[in-house]
Amino acid sequence: MARKSLPVPLGSDGQENCVDGARSSLSTKPQLRSGLAQRSEESNGQYQVVLITGTRTGIGRYLAEYYVDKGCQVIGCSRGSIDYDLKNYRHFCLDVSDEVKVKQMFSEIRKAYNRLDVLINNAGIAATNHFLLTPIKTVRDIFATNVIGTVIFCQEAAKLMQRRRYGRIVNFATVAIPWKLEGEAIYASSKATVVSLTQILARELAEFGITVNAVGPTPVKTDIIRSVPQEKLDGLISRQAIRRLGQFRDVSNVIDFFIQPESDFVTGQVIFLGGV
Amino acid sequence: MAEDPINTKILSLVLQSVREVGENQGSDFLINADETTALLGMLDSIGTVYLITILEETLADELGMQITLADEHAMNLENSPFLTIATLVRHVETLVAKSKGAGH
Repeated sequence: MARKSLPVPLGSDGQENCVDGARSSLSTKPQLRSGLAQRSEESNGQYQVVLITGTRTGIGRYLAEYYVDKGCQVIGCSRGSIDYDLKNYRHFCLDVSDEVKVKQMFSEIRKAYNRLDVLINNAGIAATNHFLLTPIKTVRDIFATNVIGTVIFCQEAAKLMQRRRYGRIVNFATVAIPWKLEGEAIYASSKATVVSLTQILARELAEFGITVNAVGPTPVKTDIIRSVPQEKLDGLISRQAIRRLGQFRDVSNVIDFFIQPESDFVTGQVIFLGGV
Repeated sequence: MAEDPINTKILSLVLQSVREVGENQGSDFLINADETTALLGMLDSIGTVYLITILEETLADELGMQITLADEHAMNLENSPFLTIATLVRHVETLVAKSKGAGH
């Protein structure tokens, strides 16, 4: 079957849109909306449009670089500016729980690309506290980013994905959930909400050709575990079937499985790394 | 009396969205919709969700306004705004006027 030609990746070479939504310097006219369903085979591999949240550092930055390398047009976002340049990457500065800014970003995505193939809800924050010493502001902040941010992005992404009857959403869980990890009551609770959301969205969005799954990383060497004492890390790793720190490639390995077009029968699943 | 240009635009955007839903669902009835078309019974629940989301996005992109079409007020109206194209257009006009009045 002849492959329908897709929009040329509209690379922005590190363009950032950090002032109240996007400055658009795109010279290519957006493709007219046909409203016609696109087969998932046409989204195979190259030139997919991938949106990743939390791309300033850590797993998010790795995923942005990884999927650009794979030939995707990647859009990323974070609260702060980025200190790297990537071809075929466009950055937005926003808080994922800011509904207005997120909707503005999606409006830019619609105008520029008229499609979204993959959403990876990587942005997340954690705070290690005994429950009795956890400020309510911390609770609100964690739920705002981890839950409300995920909800807003899933909603806006699904609206765009449904037009082509194709989409892949990957949310982030955490092994703190099955471990019932002390000190992480609020973080683990927020991510347990994301797991439940993932499983229900998988059912609600299936009719639109959208799969929704989640990956639950073990401790991976990023900012989020910077303050965890080595002794505690060693204790956590000893609870895994495969006893080592997670690596970025472990996360992208699972995401690749979820988002490939052949995984159109895989939805509502949560894969925890390390054999947890 | 001359039609308000914004209302003419709203009718155009509503019809554009309904026709897109028609193309997506393979419904000639919706593809050929005009301002006299009845929607009741022609859209299943998924089609209604699709129309609402498409129309909200279209209004955001074309008018620069974030309008929520299916809020609690709309769902509790005695007569659903989604009965016909005409009632849907009037519903959107009301929301756009409110949004302008609120300075959005």
